[in-house]
Amino acid sequence: MDALSEPAVRADRLAKVYKTSTAVAGISFALTRGTITGLLGGNGAGKTTTIAMLMGLVTPTAGSMRVLGAEMPRERYKVLHRMNFESPYVEMPMRLTIRQNLRVFGMLYGVPRLSERIAEVAAQLELTDLLDRPTGKLSAGQKTRVSLAKALINTPELLLLDEPTASLDPDTADWIRTHLERYREEHGATMLIASHNMAEVERLCDRVIFMKQGRIEDDDTPARLRLRYGRDTLEEVFLDVARGRENRAAAQ
Amino acid sequence: MKPYAVPVAFSARRIAAMVLRYWYLLRSSWARLTELIYWPAVQMLMWGFLQTYLSQQTSTFARAGGVLVGAVLLWDILFRGQLGFSVSFLEEMYARNLGNLMISPLRASEFVVSLMIMSILRLAIGMVPVTLLAIAFFGFNLWALGLALAAFFLNLMLTAWAVGILVSGLVLRNGLGAETFAWSIMFLFLPLTCVYYPVTVLPPWLQTFAWVLPPTYVFEGMRALLMAHTFRVELMIQALALNALWFAAAVLAYLALLASARRNGSLMQTGE
Repeated sequence: MDALSEPAVRADRLAKVYKTSTAVAGISFALTRGTITGLLGGNGAGKTTTIAMLMGLVTPTAGSMRVLGAEMPRERYKVLHRMNFESPYVEMPMRLTIRQNLRVFGMLYGVPRLSERIAEVAAQLELTDLLDRPTGKLSAGQKTRVSLAKALINTPELLLLDEPTASLDPDTADWIRTHLERYREEHGATMLIASHNMAEVERLCDRVIFMKQGRIEDDDTPARLRLRYGRDTLEEVFLDVARGRENRAAAQ
Repeated sequence: MKPYAVPVAFSARRIAAMVLRYWYLLRSSWARLTELIYWPAVQMLMWGFLQTYLSQQTSTFARAGGVLVGAVLLWDILFRGQLGFSVSFLEEMYARNLGNLMISPLRASEFVVSLMIMSILRLAIGMVPVTLLAIAFFGFNLWALGLALAAFFLNLMLTAWAVGILVSGLVLRNGLGAETFAWSIMFLFLPLTCVYYPVTVLPPWLQTFAWVLPPTYVFEGMRALLMAHTFRVELMIQALALNALWFAAAVLAYLALLASARRNGSLMQTGE
């Protein structure tokens, strides 16, 4: 399999067991390049641990994974510069200005012509006028845009997002989603989004993986899941899966 | 998508990025800058005046000009060197930025080197003005020690970095609950490395422990230089050999603690 036809991510029987609990119980999935996949599940379903394993933050107990052709976590340094991550729960240094933060991370990711790239990303995310303001003095929406700017500074092929629009007003959240859609169109990037916002997932994702208690409960396109569960919205499907209700259509 | 080259295993640019990050932080806070000078200045003045008083009372202290001021300045190199390393590391914990760094191409070795550079930078900001104060107030010129000072400095910094690396590993593995080690661990060295008195003052069984610690050789060497006007090269070589062992052990411990943190998911929760 050549590098481009290989999935961006392939996890095979991936498991993470902590001392007394199983966070991820041997899941397998592959993410086709250029697609956006939603990773859904209730709190403690194993979404964050799965993403953390893909980034090399957590060592799996069992199983294997390949990310952008590299075996993780052993070969992580071959591909970390081609991927990035954004989460409102991981902050940026607050005393540094946006420009300083983007410069530091741009250098860490080896971004060429960094000043130009900072200007470009800032313009795309409407941060140009704020570049010299300390990150800690921004509103929640502005901070999310800065985190996204950091996540896009290296033009990643693989973007991992953990609740990218959590705690944002609907207008700002919509703006972020539009930007993510545009980024995927322009760069053919692969995205994996952990989210509790079903409207967001329906709009952005080509495919949805439902997790529950560390296992994959279902995996399909949003439209097919709605059809299969006999539901009008993905939110209703989510509740069916989370509460262990039977697949209604199948039951009928 | 553009083609990507495999990144180099050790990048000066990534180290520079981290140094720049800490420099931006220092520059943005006058309180952080002031603190770098404040404590070393207070320490030096207190010990300097004590030495002035003692030298007026006893002939021994009168002959041993500058030995207390020299000791406090070298102690501050050791202590502030470790703090400079550890505080820069802790800044990432306070900023909840460690996750961003750990998923970036920054390697553990580059992170450690950037912290070592920052410890020298922070030390220079704090100590250079204080050494000038020591000349002004007590006529003690640390810089006049010349090559001996270079040997003392190298050995003290190697120990400071080894302790800083070990503490960083403990904080990585155990979260900010282990922060107290960063502030307190070096004080264990204060009595054992005989900063202000000769090793012979210790009970024989404790002397064995003292000679396992590289700074003990430095402080003995400093007293030999100031009191007997002899630079004891053999002490510096022994300290260097011990430092090589300590440094290697600290790096191995850091890597083991980092691997343990990845296994335990500690890097996902970098709070308390």
